[in-house]
Amino acid sequence: MLPLNDVVHLAVTGLAQGCAYGLIALGFVLIYKATEVVNFAHGEFMMLGAFTVLAYSEAFGGSFWPAFVLGCLTIGVVGYLIDAQIMRRIIGQSSASIFILTVAFGFIFRSLAGIIWGWNTLSLDTPFDGQVALGGEFAIATDRLAIIVATILLCVLLYLFFSRTRYGIAMQAASQNQLAAYYMGIPVKRLVSITWAIGAIIAAAAGALLAPVTQIDTTIGLLGIKALAGAIVGGFGSIPGALLGCLLIGIIEPFADYLLPEIKGVSPYIVMLLVLFLRPEGLMKQTFKKKV
Amino acid sequence: MTSPLLEMRNVETYYGPIMAIRGVSLVVDEGEIVTVLGANGAGKTTLLKTATGALDSRKGRVLLDGAEIQNRDPDWVARQGIAHVPEGREVFPFLSVVENLEMGAYNRHDRDAVATDVETVYAYFPVLRELRGKMAAYLSGGQQQMLAIGRGFLARPRLLLLDEPSLGLSPALVEEIFRIITRLNREQGLSILLVEQNANVALRVSQRGYVMEVGGMVMDGDSNHLLASEDIKEFYLGKKEEGIRGRRRWKKRKTWR
Ligand SMILES: Nc1ncnc2c1ncn2[C@@H]1O[C@H](COP(=O)(O)OP(=O)(O)OP(=O)(O)O)[C@@H](O)[C@H]1O
Ligand SMILES: [Mg+2]
Repeated sequence: MLPLNDVVHLAVTGLAQGCAYGLIALGFVLIYKATEVVNFAHGEFMMLGAFTVLAYSEAFGGSFWPAFVLGCLTIGVVGYLIDAQIMRRIIGQSSASIFILTVAFGFIFRSLAGIIWGWNTLSLDTPFDGQVALGGEFAIATDRLAIIVATILLCVLLYLFFSRTRYGIAMQAASQNQLAAYYMGIPVKRLVSITWAIGAIIAAAAGALLAPVTQIDTTIGLLGIKALAGAIVGGFGSIPGALLGCLLIGIIEPFADYLLPEIKGVSPYIVMLLVLFLRPEGLMKQTFKKKV
Repeated sequence: MTSPLLEMRNVETYYGPIMAIRGVSLVVDEGEIVTVLGANGAGKTTLLKTATGALDSRKGRVLLDGAEIQNRDPDWVARQGIAHVPEGREVFPFLSVVENLEMGAYNRHDRDAVATDVETVYAYFPVLRELRGKMAAYLSGGQQQMLAIGRGFLARPRLLLLDEPSLGLSPALVEEIFRIITRLNREQGLSILLVEQNANVALRVSQRGYVMEVGGMVMDGDSNHLLASEDIKEFYLGKKEEGIRGRRRWKKRKTWR
């Protein structure tokens, strides 16, 4: 048996990891619901976010928060432009070509990042040092806690945005019936681009917050594929489901890696396979409620 | 001379290589209810979709108050003042009734006036008030039709397009909905272009009508005249020769000018 201390440590690590997957999956699902495009390059927004925040932080003499906000917004603009300038034009093409295109974006972003910031591993100074005591002998690393808190905050914010604001409700409307939304005078194209921006911003935030854990290099965005697996586990198309699925694979992962180091990093896909076999519609079946 | 509220001139619309409407013209004046009759596949929905930009026309012009609006995005057309209530209601299924209504008013910023208009819709369709917190997907077909009309009204459009509001409803409900359509026209001054297969009820509420067949206009005139016309009686009012709609053929072709 594992000592309790290790169990807590692994669980917290996994929870934080799952939250990071969840943040990326949110973007996947939002974009999918708005456009039926699965953006395989979504993890790259996270990678670009981490690099961009690092670049701003260096420019600002190490101050994290302004760099964080500005970096996330920059990636939001990138997401917006990718939809408005590229995706919008190819909508209606076969889903295979759209799939390949988003995969190609991934390669392009990784090369761009390598050209701009180099291929070495960099690290970002964040204010999240040390540990926070949990009571007793347990403690949680501050950087992990920051990810968990940020995820909760972002989820609450998004929930309020989508359920309370005119923009948010219009985005739901457009994802439920695009033509009817057009008929109501809702600027569907602009809202879809804003959805891309929101997805990109959340992924960028995840990248910066995860930087103390993963460090920063051009390959960290590949973690987006695990987030995709998590979203599938939860039932693709459901946001609560995607979050749940990501938390699940996130928590399982460190235990699996600890107990079966030979197949490190593979457990998310095993969980996904199991879920697809046993419950193909995902954990949260999307029967009726297609609420964003 | 002032321009009509809506005018379509020689409009041709294609689905790929297939011409679905062939040089159709029509006029709606301010304050009118105008109806377009036609069997299944005549091109009525295509006509409305072309008017609001959901489909592009290959030829011809669509004019709102004399200004060209053809081949623009439908959200832009909606902002110019045309609200399209599509065939099959197309409400937002997972939004509540009141959220659906508010989406109709998406481009209005006079919050108080919108709230008043929501009340107006509830006054016309009291059942919607009871259901206001419910998701639209849970409404019956008739209730969804009321919601779709109310949602269109909330845009406070210059012109409301209604695509087969009687579709799938019981005769009693059809009567009720058409009574309210008449009232919206009289009491709110709403101009309406109505597309229907139910000629009887549509001609009774409208002032003028057009008849479409296989993508072209074959007849037009005052609704009273159309109601009395032999062709209409035969093919739309079921006085003679019952058959599957859409299979019926106009007999006396030469009488259509
Ligand atoms: N998406 C489409 N692709 C190809 N052809 C279409 C499409 N939609 C309609 N058509 C064709 O265009 C013609 C007109 O269709 P439209 O839907 O406008 O008819 P309608 O008068 O509204 O019929 P209904 O009363 O059944 O609603 C029909 O022959 C139909 O088969
Ligand atoms: Mg139709």
